[in-house]
Amino acid sequence: MIPLWMYLLVAAALFCMGAYAVLARRNAVAILMGVELMLNAVNINLVGFWRYQQPLNMAGQAFAAFVFVIAAAEAAVGLAIIISVYRQRKSVIPDEADTLKG
Amino acid sequence: MAVLNEWAFIGVFFAVAWVFPFAPIFLARLVAPRKPNPIKQSTYECGVETVGDTWVQFKVQYYIYGLIFLVFDVEMIFLFPWAVAYRELDFFAFAAGFLFIFLLADALIYAWRKDALEWV
Amino acid sequence: MFQVPTIADLNLGLTLPALSLALGACVLLLLDLFVPRERKEITAWLAMAGIAVSFVLNLAGFNESGTAFLGTFAADQFTGFLNIVILITAFLGVLLSLDYLKRAKIERGEYYVLLLLSAAGMMFMSSANDLIVVFIALELLSIPLYIMATFRAPDLKSEESGMKYFILGAFAGAFFVYGAALVYGATGTTNLPEIFAAVNGIIAAGGSQMFLLLMGTGLILVGLGFKVAVVPFHMWTPDVYEGAPTPVTAFMSVGAKAGGFAGLLRIMVVALPVFVLKDGQTAAAWQQTFWLVAAATLILGNIVAIAQTNVKRMLAYSSIAHAGYIMMAVAAAGTAGVANEATRAALLYLMAYMFTNLGAFGIALAIEKDDGSDTGVDNFIGLAKSKPALAAMMTVFMLSLTGIPLTGGFVGKWFVFKSALDAGLVPLAIIGVLTSVISAFYYVRIIVNMYLKDGEGDPAAGATRYVNWAIYVAFAGTLLMGIFPWIATNLSDTVVLAVEMFVR
Repeated sequence: MIPLWMYLLVAAALFCMGAYAVLARRNAVAILMGVELMLNAVNINLVGFWRYQQPLNMAGQAFAAFVFVIAAAEAAVGLAIIISVYRQRKSVIPDEADTLKG
Repeated sequence: MAVLNEWAFIGVFFAVAWVFPFAPIFLARLVAPRKPNPIKQSTYECGVETVGDTWVQFKVQYYIYGLIFLVFDVEMIFLFPWAVAYRELDFFAFAAGFLFIFLLADALIYAWRKDALEWV
Repeated sequence: MFQVPTIADLNLGLTLPALSLALGACVLLLLDLFVPRERKEITAWLAMAGIAVSFVLNLAGFNESGTAFLGTFAADQFTGFLNIVILITAFLGVLLSLDYLKRAKIERGEYYVLLLLSAAGMMFMSSANDLIVVFIALELLSIPLYIMATFRAPDLKSEESGMKYFILGAFAGAFFVYGAALVYGATGTTNLPEIFAAVNGIIAAGGSQMFLLLMGTGLILVGLGFKVAVVPFHMWTPDVYEGAPTPVTAFMSVGAKAGGFAGLLRIMVVALPVFVLKDGQTAAAWQQTFWLVAAATLILGNIVAIAQTNVKRMLAYSSIAHAGYIMMAVAAAGTAGVANEATRAALLYLMAYMFTNLGAFGIALAIEKDDGSDTGVDNFIGLAKSKPALAAMMTVFMLSLTGIPLTGGFVGKWFVFKSALDAGLVPLAIIGVLTSVISAFYYVRIIVNMYLKDGEGDPAAGATRYVNWAIYVAFAGTLLMGIFPWIATNLSDTVVLAVEMFVR
């Protein structure tokens, strides 16, 4: 059987790719995809831990299901906000949204 | 080594997946006769050339169906285990599932009354 | 075969305050469809009724404690106290919004539904006893806030604020849940008390489990640190606070912090207190990290606030600084024996901060023009002439934020510094006192503007009836907590969060 650490490695790699996308991409939709990638990395972790350590306790699987649904809800709200910004500015690039200066 | 054997299947599958579509294309290249003329080379997209830029803007309204679908679609993840274990459930668990469906209906009624389901 | 739970196992009675609010929001969503467009204040009154029902249920069950939903939901005095803070915040939030939404021409019923849902998320957070519930509560409190921050669309600032908040909030949420997954992997459970029980074995065994646990704790700190806006995860705060509609800023500056710190305290104090306790050590290993975060937050928040010319931005940096004081109490909770005292200090601080901050934002809202402009520090010039009552109350709020005696802010700071000293964090307490002195600089500047500088004085057109009510409540709360602190301390004295601390 494939050892658990391989799954964890894939998950960690996915998570880092997602985090990189959030930090490096300039397009809001691509950033959102990065966040989804991070959440899916979490799901790989959760299901991996569940299968290898506690197959009889459903907590890990239930957690993964909740992460799925919340990711979808977040994506829906996020896309709605991005569309609303796009209609105003004809741009989805957060760097160009600079009315507020930090 | 057991690990490698499992991966080997994926490797074989990967190779076959490449060979399968490319072999016919390559064979067709070898065997098929080629006599091009302007009519044959014209666009075969419902027989009509596109007019103007194909990258047109869709109305934002369409996204709302997408978003509503996205949210309702994933709720299935909670209903599926409930449906699978349906025979084992007592009345309370049955009612709990229905409470969830009522909450979904609540959101659906909201979307309906806000005319988000109208096709515009 | 799994044992299917019955309704008696769920202990629904304990969950009533939070559940009633969540269900109330769902019902309100439907009722709002039948409220005519020009009479949306009906929705607001219904929302306030929902909050009041939840408040009464919370007070009635204040002293009951136990777990519900098969151990995933804990109701105790910690929950009860925080729920009071959250519900008052939500109530005053609705009051502040009523006329503001009309003035800004963004009056829609969904606003109040979202506010109720967010408050319900904060309440779930205060009683979460399971990592899954913490995550759901975290998102339930954040997602409505993203929408509320964007509510002034098509105003550019508001949309930008919402988008920034969304991107960074979602990013932080992913960090939190990755950490939660690692803690689950290390301990094999998501239940906080069970994690506590498992941690002892992991410390004895060490190795890879230990590594997972450390990574997980760190990532959870990052995720919740974003939500409560502590340095170095504070960058979004000023932009989001400035761009969001002012009542939303008021609501989220208190509510999101209360929720975030509730989660942080629950996880750190209930689940991970004995974390790497070696021989002779009396403090949790995360204490050092929290110490540093608290110190950095205090220094940066207070110093950058001095340079701000917009009141909303100034209050944003001030809210970062106040997160630092609460973080100080959380750091103190890492010392053996001080955990409960420090938890109480954090709760008292949150309550004082709630009244004071809501009041300050209420007055900023009163000065603001219909298009959302004129929230500069200079707009306070001469306010003592045009609106002496508002100026007097603003003075009290500013003094309370500084921590001058006879105001709520002083009581909060007193308990936080005391717990830090009891925990042996003397340098941190000194940093706290010094930064409080620095903070006087920018708070007093507003008082000087109001009383000593000559000017026309703003007519404060936004100080309509309901806004005034909210400011009066906040003012009364600030003074009551300052003059009769035992009203709050008696309530908080029953709070016991840490059980069987440091068994090794």
